[in-house]
Amino acid sequence: MVEDRRLGDAIAYIVLSIGVLIVAFPVWLTFVASSWDNATIINGQLPLYPGPYLFDNYYRILFVGTSGSTREPVASMMLNSFVMAMAIALGKIVISVLSAYAVVYYRFRFRMAAFWIIFVTLMLPVEVRIFPTFKVVSDLNMLDTYQGLAIPLIASATGTLLFRQFFMTIPDELLEASRIDGAGPFRFFKDTVIPLSITTIAALFVIQFIYGWNQYLWPLLITTKDSMQTIVIGIRKMIVTSDALTEWPLAMATAMLAMLPPVLVVIVMQRLFVKGLVETEK
Amino acid sequence: MAQVTLTNVKKIYPGGVEAVKGVSFDIPDGGFCVLVGPSGCGKSTLLRMVAGLETISAGEVSIGPRVVNQIGPAERDIAMVFQNYALYPHMSVYENMSYGLRNLGTPKDEIDRRVKEAARILAIEPLLDRRPKQLSGGQRQRVAMGRAIVRKPQVFLFDEPLSNLDAKLRVQMRVEIKKLQRALGVTAIYVTHDQVEAMTLSDKLVVMNAGQVEQIGLPAEVYKKPASKFVATFIGSPPMNILPGTIDGPGIVALGDAILEARDLRQDLSPQTPVEVGLRPEDVEIASEDEAGSLPFDVEFIEELGATQLFHGQLAGLPFVMQAATDAVAAVAGRIWITVDPDRVHVFDSKTGARLGR
Repeated sequence: MVEDRRLGDAIAYIVLSIGVLIVAFPVWLTFVASSWDNATIINGQLPLYPGPYLFDNYYRILFVGTSGSTREPVASMMLNSFVMAMAIALGKIVISVLSAYAVVYYRFRFRMAAFWIIFVTLMLPVEVRIFPTFKVVSDLNMLDTYQGLAIPLIASATGTLLFRQFFMTIPDELLEASRIDGAGPFRFFKDTVIPLSITTIAALFVIQFIYGWNQYLWPLLITTKDSMQTIVIGIRKMIVTSDALTEWPLAMATAMLAMLPPVLVVIVMQRLFVKGLVETEK
Repeated sequence: MAQVTLTNVKKIYPGGVEAVKGVSFDIPDGGFCVLVGPSGCGKSTLLRMVAGLETISAGEVSIGPRVVNQIGPAERDIAMVFQNYALYPHMSVYENMSYGLRNLGTPKDEIDRRVKEAARILAIEPLLDRRPKQLSGGQRQRVAMGRAIVRKPQVFLFDEPLSNLDAKLRVQMRVEIKKLQRALGVTAIYVTHDQVEAMTLSDKLVVMNAGQVEQIGLPAEVYKKPASKFVATFIGSPPMNILPGTIDGPGIVALGDAILEARDLRQDLSPQTPVEVGLRPEDVEIASEDEAGSLPFDVEFIEELGATQLFHGQLAGLPFVMQAATDAVAAVAGRIWITVDPDRVHVFDSKTGARLGR
């Protein structure tokens, strides 16, 4: 049996390693490409090791911008993306915590109706309601603004559902003990529900930050000014149809930079994130 | 510290289910009242109405001179200990105990003094910085008690606080709760389905069944003179034997062929009235065949309990259990003769289950 397990382990490691290689290779290639000059890439002879232009390329893309298609430097795009992702993640957490709290802890007329209406919006992602949403946003003069970027993406049911399920696992006795301890609805929310939800909040934050950061269609529609571009749009614009005009090293550097914040968020929040998704014990 | 008075208290749920059907009693200042009954009898609902966690459908609850029907749980000046303790998992023991006082805006040094004092009384001082998760069941129980004590309430409410503990700890905590309540002199209402807890803790025992009070009294009273067949079988362990019989004359009942004197029986019942006769296993004594009024008891098997034995068998052809000291008889099956103290024969109406006593 011991030998068998060792063999099994070896196979598992081999499969895992192959998986890691498959995932990591394109990232490595992108990194390498971002460190050479354009001529090397256009020639089609990209080496597999980093070249000498790493710092030049990153400096240029961050603070100067490409010479042609995108005039803005990537630093400002990253700022836009960051503001949008943060607004979506935080906005969604605030809205869904509050609405889930209302749905779970208050007895009001049409409570279940309210819940089901929220639930149904799950079936209406941004792509489906894109025209009416665009119309609303443009009528409210929110084109080319951070509000316009973030608000329509904040309204969605996933967070509400997640928190509702979580709140329903909080024992009723805690609410009753709080009532006897003189905590009103707001105190109970602030002193008990929120502290108990920290890991769930962290999990939702990670998911929503990445969701917001990766948005493509919506920012493409409602931003026209260069100064409001997000980094995902920026990458798209750098890759021009005629191959010769694309500054590949800069586009690759932008791609590397675009990957960075989500990775950082995951690394920083990982422990809470995993706990939030796995933990059931209260 | 206050007297608690319940006047015709009812709980009717929106579906029309009547969980509590008009209950009235009062608990004197500093009294220890235990509500006991099978699950679903409405005892917890009643307690929760006193706590203010359930609305009161009809009737009146007052704590001290105040009617509290419309007063929120926090303003009723009560403290409650829950079955699962309901400690705040994200707060330390200290924070758990001080939370209520902090919400009341009590000054910090006063809170600190009271929490330290309660911790000293309950011997949980070393645990003040821990989280509930790091505590054992008994320690959590103490913390829950501590949270109740620091509030210095008028009334303690206990909702089956010991049922999550193991048997040994339960006995220990039971004694401690009683001692503590005595020492603090705070009125207490305690809900349990465990009749041993009910008997040992209470100085006022309220037996409930199906939303109604079956009997209120001192524990010894309830044990000695159960007001109904329900109370008779619920209180006491092993439970009372209930045998079908008939009235044979004034103060005399017949069980099949056997005749039994019952001193407490009403005299005005006509012969042949069907009744139910209750005999406690521990009230039966082993006698000899020629003793006056002795009954034949065919023992089928014996359960050894250590200090006592339980004899299972047939009395006048009916299933019967008796309890006797281990060295009283040789532990063999077969016919033995028993006598019953006429003062300890309980007779109940065969239809209503009410006690037919004088």
